[in-house]
Amino acid sequence: MSQIRKPLKAEAADSRDAGAGQPRGRGGDSGASVYRTQVSDRWRSYLAHHRHSARDSLQRLLATPLQSLMTWLVIAVALALPAAMKTALDNVQVLGDSWQGVPQLSVFLNPRARPAAIDAFRDQLQKHPQVKGVEYISPEQALKEFEARSGMGNALSSLDSNPLPPTLLVVPRDDLDAAALAALGDKLKAEPVVDDVVFDRAWVERLHQLLALGERLVLALGGLLGLGVILVIGNTIRLSIENRRDEIVVIKLVGGTDAFVRRPFLYTGIWYGLGGGLIALVLQLLLLWLLSGPVAALADSYQSHFGLAGLGLLGSLNLLLLAALVGWLGAWLAVGKHLGEIQPR
Amino acid sequence: MIRFDQVSKRYPGGHEALSRVSFDVPAGDMLFLTGHSGAGKSTLLKLIMLMERASQGQVLVNNQNLNRLSNRQIPLLRRQVGVVFQNHQLLFDRSVFDNVALPLMIEGYHPREAARRVRAALDKVGLLKKEKQNPIVLSGGEQQRVGIARAVVNKPRLLLADEPTGNLDPELSAEIMRLFQQFNDVGVTVMIASHDISLIRRLNRRVLGLADGQLVHDGVLPHVTDPQTTEG
Repeated sequence: MSQIRKPLKAEAADSRDAGAGQPRGRGGDSGASVYRTQVSDRWRSYLAHHRHSARDSLQRLLATPLQSLMTWLVIAVALALPAAMKTALDNVQVLGDSWQGVPQLSVFLNPRARPAAIDAFRDQLQKHPQVKGVEYISPEQALKEFEARSGMGNALSSLDSNPLPPTLLVVPRDDLDAAALAALGDKLKAEPVVDDVVFDRAWVERLHQLLALGERLVLALGGLLGLGVILVIGNTIRLSIENRRDEIVVIKLVGGTDAFVRRPFLYTGIWYGLGGGLIALVLQLLLLWLLSGPVAALADSYQSHFGLAGLGLLGSLNLLLLAALVGWLGAWLAVGKHLGEIQPR
Repeated sequence: MIRFDQVSKRYPGGHEALSRVSFDVPAGDMLFLTGHSGAGKSTLLKLIMLMERASQGQVLVNNQNLNRLSNRQIPLLRRQVGVVFQNHQLLFDRSVFDNVALPLMIEGYHPREAARRVRAALDKVGLLKKEKQNPIVLSGGEQQRVGIARAVVNKPRLLLADEPTGNLDPELSAEIMRLFQQFNDVGVTVMIASHDISLIRRLNRRVLGLADGQLVHDGVLPHVTDPQTTEG
């Protein structure tokens, strides 16, 4: 290696300079004529080529706007789908979390139990070391609340008797874990006055399991669509490599390294990814805007102030970063496969 | 500068383009490579710049055994060898200046130094005034001179040319040859593949004659026509 990189001898370079028809006045300017690339120059030039490749590849994409837009849209749709699912999941998660804070046990009592027995049981519970508070809801109270909340008061008033049992809402101490909570529930259920014990948290846990399942689905779908994006970008890059075959051949002929040849195509991939990511974000915002009205109305009917949350700044940046990465990867695969095939002949 | 030692090149399919060719070109020499098409001229040039690798034998360029160069090292070899192609190999999506600047850009020259060298090279071939034009609007002879400027812009010690006067009239050909001679005068080793025998004869230089992949002549051409090296 060192042998072919042998520095030019100063005098040889000088005489060649003169012979090459450069102004004779530069004869003494030997510093310039034996100019060799310095490390700092190489570094600067390396950065310059990065800048140039980035700018040039973007300009090439913008020079064929319709074609580029199609590619961007394909990528955007493929990215927007998993992103929208992720946003939806996150929102449901927020909803679940906000209700998870007060785990409580609904202890349904035997409707024929005497008030004195209920009072005694309630006092006993209040003294229980694992219990923070107890609230008694009589069948009448429960009926009134049910009529008010459910809008099915008419159906209930047609019944002869009140079907709702007396209920104790038991709030356990905060530091109880799931197992201790279950044990407490079992103990209460064994009491003769108790008909049934329902964990209000059970549905939240089920929701969380569903959310975990959803998360997996998003990952799988995202992975599949990401693969699709990689293939789309890879194919587009393959075409652009084919279009610039002459240029690649000439660059290789005059001593361009593979990295030098690869660089503009990798930037093209990044631009495809970034553009697709940006459009995906816009699609996402449109979707949120479309859904926010109905969701707010639905939340209102539950007396909730819940509102849809988007990806947020960090999430959006993540999406863009991921999109750029996927674009780069697609380009890298295409370039790795096709650039080697183009050799000067 | 260049040494071929029992070099053979067999292409896939069995065609032997070169068989056991040996010669030695000292630094500072200027010589011609002749032979009719298919005789192996292009293959020989391709071996020197590693567009092809020898099937047998050793090729040394600038004391470097090319058999031992890995594919990753090929770009570094090519930066040391200026090549003028018969079909120019110019890029028509950029200006004359940018075409000539390409090798310097690849090597990482400072833009100011690169511009100085590009202008010097263009001045040398008499195209300084056309630096901003697209090479596609230039004549064949002018395009060839752009190719020469690009080949010499990073001051290689070895200059190869493949049929540089192939499509040019005699007057332009002579002009191109004068250019090569001027480069040789300042110490550049120049090797030109050509079948323009009358032109070669006038220049009175060493000639390597190839026929069917074999080296059949090495020396200054006699003034009697040698049928083996003049046909085609």
